[in-house]
Amino acid sequence: MTMLHTVNESPFETKTFESCVGLAKKGSTILLIEDGVYAATTGNSAADMIKNASDINFCVLGPDAQARGIEGKLAEGIKVVDYEGFVDLVVEHDSVQAWL
Amino acid sequence: MAKKFMYINRKPPYGTIYALEALEVVLIGAAFDQDVSLAFIGDGVYQLTKAQNTDAIGQKNFSPVYSALGDYEVTKVYIEKESLEERGLTLDDLQHLVWEDEDEDWAEKDSIRLVSRAELADVLDEQNVILSF
Repeated sequence: MTMLHTVNESPFETKTFESCVGLAKKGSTILLIEDGVYAATTGNSAADMIKNASDINFCVLGPDAQARGIEGKLAEGIKVVDYEGFVDLVVEHDSVQAWL
Repeated sequence: MAKKFMYINRKPPYGTIYALEALEVVLIGAAFDQDVSLAFIGDGVYQLTKAQNTDAIGQKNFSPVYSALGDYEVTKVYIEKESLEERGLTLDDLQHLVWEDEDEDWAEKDSIRLVSRAELADVLDEQNVILSF
Protein backbone atom coordinates (compact mmCIF):
# COMPACT_ATOMS: atom_id res chain seq x y z
CA MET A 1 0.00 0.00 0.00
CA THR A 2 1.29 3.45 -0.85
CA MET A 3 -0.29 6.57 0.51
CA LEU A 4 -0.32 10.16 -0.67
CA HIS A 5 -0.43 12.66 2.19
CA THR A 6 -1.34 16.29 1.60
CA VAL A 7 -0.43 19.00 4.13
CA ASN A 8 -1.82 22.52 3.75
CA GLU A 9 -0.65 24.22 6.96
CA SER A 10 2.58 26.01 7.80
CA PRO A 11 4.88 23.85 9.97
CA PHE A 12 5.45 26.90 12.18
CA GLU A 13 1.77 27.43 12.97
CA THR A 14 0.59 23.90 13.67
CA LYS A 15 2.00 20.43 14.36
CA THR A 16 0.25 18.98 11.31
CA PHE A 17 3.39 18.57 9.23
CA GLU A 18 5.27 16.95 12.11
CA SER A 19 2.42 14.50 12.74
CA CYS A 20 2.24 13.64 9.07
CA VAL A 21 5.97 12.95 8.77
CA GLY A 22 5.79 10.82 11.91
CA LEU A 23 2.97 8.68 10.57
CA ALA A 24 3.97 8.44 6.92
CA LYS A 25 5.40 5.03 6.01
CA LYS A 26 8.37 4.22 3.84
CA GLY A 27 7.62 4.71 0.16
CA SER A 28 4.74 7.10 0.71
CA THR A 29 4.58 10.63 -0.62
CA ILE A 30 3.93 13.90 1.21
CA LEU A 31 2.65 16.66 -1.06
CA LEU A 32 2.90 20.14 0.43
CA ILE A 33 0.16 22.52 -0.71
CA GLU A 34 -1.08 26.02 0.23
CA ASP A 35 0.70 27.26 3.41
CA GLY A 36 2.21 23.78 3.77
CA VAL A 37 4.81 24.67 1.13
CA TYR A 38 6.85 26.66 3.66
CA ALA A 39 8.04 23.34 5.13
CA ALA A 40 10.02 22.73 1.94
CA THR A 41 12.27 25.78 2.24
CA THR A 42 15.88 25.55 3.37
CA GLY A 43 17.37 26.60 6.67
CA ASN A 44 14.54 25.91 9.11
CA SER A 45 13.45 23.19 11.52
CA ALA A 46 11.05 21.57 9.06
CA ALA A 47 13.91 21.16 6.58
CA ASP A 48 15.67 18.90 9.07
CA MET A 49 12.56 16.74 9.38
CA ILE A 50 12.52 16.32 5.62
CA LYS A 51 16.21 15.46 5.54
CA ASN A 52 15.78 12.83 8.25
CA ALA A 53 12.85 11.18 6.48
CA SER A 54 14.81 10.03 3.44
CA ASP A 55 12.52 7.08 2.75
CA ILE A 56 9.55 9.38 2.11
CA ASN A 57 9.04 11.31 -1.13
CA PHE A 58 8.41 15.02 -0.69
CA CYS A 59 6.65 17.10 -3.33
CA VAL A 60 5.53 20.71 -3.48
CA LEU A 61 2.68 22.16 -5.49
CA GLY A 62 4.50 24.64 -7.75
CA PRO A 63 1.72 27.23 -8.10
CA ASP A 64 1.49 27.56 -4.30
CA ALA A 65 5.27 27.92 -3.96
CA GLN A 66 5.37 30.54 -6.73
CA ALA A 67 2.53 32.52 -5.17
CA ARG A 68 4.48 32.74 -1.92
CA GLY A 69 7.75 33.74 -3.58
CA ILE A 70 9.67 30.72 -2.23
CA GLU A 71 10.29 28.66 -5.35
CA GLY A 72 13.94 29.72 -5.33
CA LYS A 73 14.42 28.61 -1.72
CA LEU A 74 13.19 25.03 -1.89
CA ALA A 75 15.37 22.40 -0.22
CA GLU A 76 17.21 19.83 -2.32
CA GLY A 77 15.36 16.68 -3.24
CA ILE A 78 11.94 18.32 -3.23
CA LYS A 79 10.01 17.61 -6.39
CA VAL A 80 7.85 20.41 -7.77
CA VAL A 81 4.57 19.36 -9.38
CA ASP A 82 1.79 21.31 -11.09
CA TYR A 83 -1.95 20.64 -10.82
CA GLU A 84 -1.72 17.84 -13.40
CA GLY A 85 1.15 16.35 -11.40
CA PHE A 86 -1.09 16.47 -8.31
CA VAL A 87 -3.68 14.41 -10.18
CA ASP A 88 -1.00 11.96 -11.30
CA LEU A 89 0.12 11.49 -7.69
CA VAL A 90 -3.44 10.75 -6.62
CA VAL A 91 -3.72 8.12 -9.36
CA GLU A 92 -0.32 6.56 -8.61
CA HIS A 93 -1.01 6.00 -4.91
CA ASP A 94 -3.47 3.54 -3.39
CA SER A 95 -5.03 6.10 -1.08
CA VAL A 96 -4.95 9.77 -0.15
CA GLN A 97 -4.79 11.22 3.34
CA ALA A 98 -5.54 14.94 3.52
CA TRP A 99 -4.14 16.40 6.75
CA LEU A 100 -6.58 19.25 7.34
CA MET B 1 -4.21 64.04 19.41
CA ALA B 2 -2.94 61.31 17.15
CA LYS B 3 -2.91 57.88 18.70
CA LYS B 4 -0.26 55.27 18.17
CA PHE B 5 -1.71 52.36 16.19
CA MET B 6 0.14 49.08 15.77
CA TYR B 7 -1.02 46.43 13.33
CA ILE B 8 0.50 43.02 14.03
CA ASN B 9 0.70 40.62 11.09
CA ARG B 10 1.14 37.00 12.12
CA LYS B 11 -0.11 34.91 9.20
CA PRO B 12 1.30 34.04 5.78
CA PRO B 13 -0.46 35.38 2.66
CA TYR B 14 -2.99 33.52 0.43
CA GLY B 15 -3.72 30.52 2.69
CA THR B 16 -6.17 32.67 4.65
CA ILE B 17 -7.67 36.12 4.13
CA TYR B 18 -5.98 37.67 7.19
CA ALA B 19 -2.95 39.19 5.44
CA LEU B 20 -4.99 40.91 2.74
CA GLU B 21 -7.61 42.14 5.21
CA ALA B 22 -4.93 43.55 7.50
CA LEU B 23 -3.45 45.47 4.59
CA GLU B 24 -6.86 46.90 3.70
CA VAL B 25 -7.43 48.02 7.28
CA VAL B 26 -3.98 49.62 7.48
CA LEU B 27 -4.61 51.63 4.32
CA ILE B 28 -8.03 52.77 5.55
CA GLY B 29 -6.61 53.63 8.97
CA ALA B 30 -3.74 55.57 7.42
CA ALA B 31 -6.26 58.00 5.92
CA PHE B 32 -7.21 59.14 9.44
CA ASP B 33 -3.87 60.76 10.18
CA GLN B 34 -2.81 58.54 13.06
CA ASP B 35 0.67 57.37 14.03
CA VAL B 36 0.68 53.95 12.35
CA SER B 37 3.20 51.13 12.71
CA LEU B 38 3.22 47.61 11.32
CA ALA B 39 4.86 44.56 12.82
CA PHE B 40 5.51 41.29 11.06
CA ILE B 41 6.07 38.35 13.37
CA GLY B 42 5.87 34.56 13.04
CA ASP B 43 4.63 33.46 9.63
CA GLY B 44 3.62 37.07 9.03
CA VAL B 45 7.14 37.71 7.75
CA TYR B 46 6.24 35.64 4.68
CA GLN B 47 3.85 38.41 3.59
CA LEU B 48 6.84 40.46 2.46
CA THR B 49 8.76 37.86 0.43
CA LYS B 50 9.97 39.00 -2.97
CA ALA B 51 8.96 37.40 -6.28
CA GLN B 52 5.43 36.42 -5.32
CA ASN B 53 3.59 35.27 -8.43
CA THR B 54 -0.03 34.21 -8.01
CA ASP B 55 -0.90 33.67 -11.69
CA ALA B 56 -1.36 29.93 -11.26
CA ILE B 57 -3.51 30.00 -8.10
CA GLY B 58 -6.11 32.47 -9.33
CA GLN B 59 -5.73 34.93 -6.46
CA LYS B 60 -4.75 38.58 -6.52
CA ASN B 61 -1.06 39.19 -5.82
CA PHE B 62 -1.30 41.96 -3.24
CA SER B 63 2.41 42.01 -2.36
CA PRO B 64 3.14 45.12 -4.52
CA VAL B 65 0.75 47.10 -2.30
CA TYR B 66 3.23 46.99 0.60
CA SER B 67 5.57 49.24 -1.37
CA ALA B 68 2.82 51.90 -1.40
CA LEU B 69 2.68 52.10 2.40
CA GLY B 70 5.30 54.86 2.42
CA ASP B 71 3.01 57.06 0.29
CA TYR B 72 0.33 56.63 2.95
CA GLU B 73 2.81 57.86 5.55
CA VAL B 74 3.16 54.41 7.05
CA THR B 75 6.90 54.55 7.59
CA LYS B 76 7.52 52.18 10.48
CA VAL B 77 7.57 48.50 9.53
CA TYR B 78 9.00 46.29 12.26
CA ILE B 79 10.30 42.82 11.37
CA GLU B 80 11.05 40.44 14.20
CA LYS B 81 14.57 39.08 13.77
CA GLU B 82 13.90 35.76 15.49
CA SER B 83 10.95 35.03 13.22
CA LEU B 84 13.09 35.51 10.12
CA GLU B 85 15.86 33.31 11.48
CA GLU B 86 13.52 30.49 12.49
CA ARG B 87 12.35 30.37 8.88
CA GLY B 88 15.79 30.46 7.29
CA LEU B 89 15.16 33.95 5.91
CA THR B 90 17.14 37.19 5.87
CA LEU B 91 16.12 40.75 5.01
CA ASP B 92 17.40 40.08 1.47
CA ASP B 93 14.51 37.68 0.97
CA LEU B 94 12.02 40.47 1.71
CA GLN B 95 10.90 43.49 -0.26
CA HIS B 96 12.84 46.69 0.30
CA LEU B 97 10.27 49.19 1.60
CA VAL B 98 11.03 52.92 1.61
CA TRP B 99 9.37 56.25 2.31
CA GLU B 100 10.22 59.82 1.30
CA ASP B 101 10.91 62.33 4.06
CA GLU B 102 9.14 65.61 3.32
CA ASP B 103 11.28 67.43 5.90
CA GLU B 104 14.55 66.39 4.26
CA ASP B 105 13.87 67.28 0.63
CA TRP B 106 12.04 63.98 0.03
CA ALA B 107 15.07 61.89 0.90
CA GLU B 108 14.33 58.19 0.53
CA LYS B 109 14.53 56.29 3.80
CA ASP B 110 14.13 52.66 4.81
CA SER B 111 10.78 51.76 6.32
CA ILE B 112 11.85 48.36 7.57
CA ARG B 113 13.28 48.13 11.07
CA LEU B 114 14.76 44.78 11.99
CA VAL B 115 14.21 44.33 15.73
CA SER B 116 14.70 41.60 18.29
CA ARG B 117 11.73 40.12 20.14
CA ALA B 118 12.72 42.09 23.25
CA GLU B 119 12.95 45.36 21.29
CA LEU B 120 9.57 44.70 19.66
CA ALA B 121 8.07 44.13 23.12
CA ASP B 122 9.16 47.67 24.03
CA VAL B 123 7.63 49.07 20.83
CA LEU B 124 4.33 47.31 21.59
CA ASP B 125 4.42 48.75 25.08
CA GLU B 126 4.35 52.29 23.66
CA GLN B 127 1.18 51.78 21.58
CA ASN B 128 -2.31 53.08 22.33
CA VAL B 129 -4.11 50.62 20.07
CA ILE B 130 -2.91 47.19 18.89
CA LEU B 131 -4.76 45.26 16.22
CA SER B 132 -3.65 41.69 15.52
CA PHE B 133 -4.25 39.79 12.29
